[in-house]
Amino acid sequence: MTQADWMWAEPKEKLVDWLGQMWTVRWFDEKVDEFFAKGMIHGTTHLCVGQEASAVGVCAMLEDKDKITSTHRGHGHCIAKGADPDRMMAELFGRETGYCKGKGGSMHIADVEKGNLGANGIVGGGIPLAVGAALTSKMRQEGYITVCFFGDGAANEGSFHEAVNLAAIWDLPVIFVCENNQYGMSGPVKDMVKIENIADRAAGYGIPGHVVDGNNLPEVMTVMKEAVEYTRNGSGPVLIEAKTYRWKGHSKSDAKKYRTREEEKEWKDKDPIRFFQDALIERGIITAEEAETVKKDTKARIERSVEFAEQSPEPSKDTLLEDVYA
Amino acid sequence: MQSSAVNSSNNKETTRSITFAEAVREALSQEMREDQDVFILGEDIGVYGGAFGVTRGMIEEFGPERIRNTPISEAAITGAAIGSALTGMKPVVELQFSDFITIAMDQLANQAAKLRYMYGGKGNVPMVLRTPSGSGTGAAAQHSQSLEAWVAHVPGLKVVQPSTASDAKGLLKAAIADPNPVIFYEHKLLYKTEEHVPEAAYTIPLGEADVKREGTDVTIVATAVMVHKALEAAEKLAEEGIDVEVIDPRTLVPLDEQTIVDSVKKTGKVIVVHEAVKRGGYGGEIASMIAESEAFDYLDAPVRRLGALPIPVPYNPALERAMVPQVDDIMQVARDSVHRR
Repeated sequence: MTQADWMWAEPKEKLVDWLGQMWTVRWFDEKVDEFFAKGMIHGTTHLCVGQEASAVGVCAMLEDKDKITSTHRGHGHCIAKGADPDRMMAELFGRETGYCKGKGGSMHIADVEKGNLGANGIVGGGIPLAVGAALTSKMRQEGYITVCFFGDGAANEGSFHEAVNLAAIWDLPVIFVCENNQYGMSGPVKDMVKIENIADRAAGYGIPGHVVDGNNLPEVMTVMKEAVEYTRNGSGPVLIEAKTYRWKGHSKSDAKKYRTREEEKEWKDKDPIRFFQDALIERGIITAEEAETVKKDTKARIERSVEFAEQSPEPSKDTLLEDVYA
Repeated sequence: MQSSAVNSSNNKETTRSITFAEAVREALSQEMREDQDVFILGEDIGVYGGAFGVTRGMIEEFGPERIRNTPISEAAITGAAIGSALTGMKPVVELQFSDFITIAMDQLANQAAKLRYMYGGKGNVPMVLRTPSGSGTGAAAQHSQSLEAWVAHVPGLKVVQPSTASDAKGLLKAAIADPNPVIFYEHKLLYKTEEHVPEAAYTIPLGEADVKREGTDVTIVATAVMVHKALEAAEKLAEEGIDVEVIDPRTLVPLDEQTIVDSVKKTGKVIVVHEAVKRGGYGGEIASMIAESEAFDYLDAPVRRLGALPIPVPYNPALERAMVPQVDDIMQVARDSVHRR
């Protein structure tokens, strides 16, 4: 029927796992939101509720050896690349068992063993790093590709333009994934970018660019699958723009005065999880009861992560000076 | 016959003299021959040989894969080096002028310096960023600065500032071997200075100061080109009966505090000299370190600092010279310290 037919032919376990991953991301960030509201976690956080399909769809097309660089809104990328929600939650609680031993927090989770080279607190800061990781793969012929996540806001940073050009002239194995969630903090993308699609900028660097409905998991996967084949073959970088929407505010203290509740509702009606879940049920791949089980199990999974985090020890002050230098 | 051949080769070894720029190139080439993971990236470093000729001939030996000529994109060059270092390579960036560090600053200060700590100790960034610094070439305000205090202020970076060809060679080998990001300053006026440099590879550890001249009356702590001005001042002051000790820290981070403190305890007088603007310069850090140390009780005169005037580097040669400490300035401050009572 559509170009995503290949995906529907995948084994049921895989399809259910992808649904479960999206729920896991959703529950994780909903839980974090709740804790921040209650003042149980300090600092700040950026939630990706509503953007689950781009994180899961992109990472599902990667192999274990492949790498990603993430953003300040990175919990979804982390989970989709195989991170343990226990250690993620522990990091947000600032605990010793967290991915960064409590020194990084929400914006700096990295899971180097799983190929996650780290979230980044600087908008656009991770883009050149992804190009460097891709350079290693090419120079050492390691065969991995690197996915560079960034947002519509980062597409206006100089680092984006410099890094994409560098990757293009060197034909590096990197896929640039722009999650266009319509706002850079309060700045609407339509006011900050003169062109309709950020993916059109690919032409300026002589690389392919694709626009995809970022709330449609099968579409994200299909475009990503083709991009992975292209890049892994040594053809060079690809730019993918996934159009999506963040349901929550930019960070924890955002009154969202820059957008209407009606607009938010329109996008919530395009919930990426419900879209995929309904499709699975309609196609007779899972029953409504099975879908409910996935939803409940993933929620329980995150509850266990909270328990793990709460029970984990605070880092010792003796660790303060550790790891500044290797 | 054989023994005479050995002798002549020894002679050649002890007399071989090369420039600072050649010493840097030799260190780079030796490391690249030893380790396939070492590569260089930067602007015009290919057939052009780099703005100051340091990489001349290297693309012919190592090829364009390892001598990576880049577009004019300092943030991307630096960031790509960091990303490649994080994944196992040992990149050496050549940043054409140290003033351009401003354009790469996010990558250096927010990424390279912090990744390891932010990630809880996972990941190393074994990279070197080499960059020509300093005034004296008539390149004016945007191509002549000494901004080493900026990077020295950021925990996670190491900062090297050699003053001689032989130091540059040994320190660069140590910098490349170091698992941390190292900023390696090369003063433009030093590139053509020549001295004996051993041909075989050798390491000078980061964090070891060098006593360039021993003396008993006053200590001068000087960096980069100021080491030579301090030595010249010391020779002239010797004629006046003032015996100057000159210490070159060689690396600002880590700083060899002990060598400086020991010297001040011996002489009781100290002057810190650098070419960077005095206000907020690294000399303030060194002076404070001395004042806070056990050397304080040995001081017979206030700790003195000499640095550039707080102005952009002017173009006119006389104005340019007037901005930074000269030999006469160093001599006068040394006399003031010694004859204070």
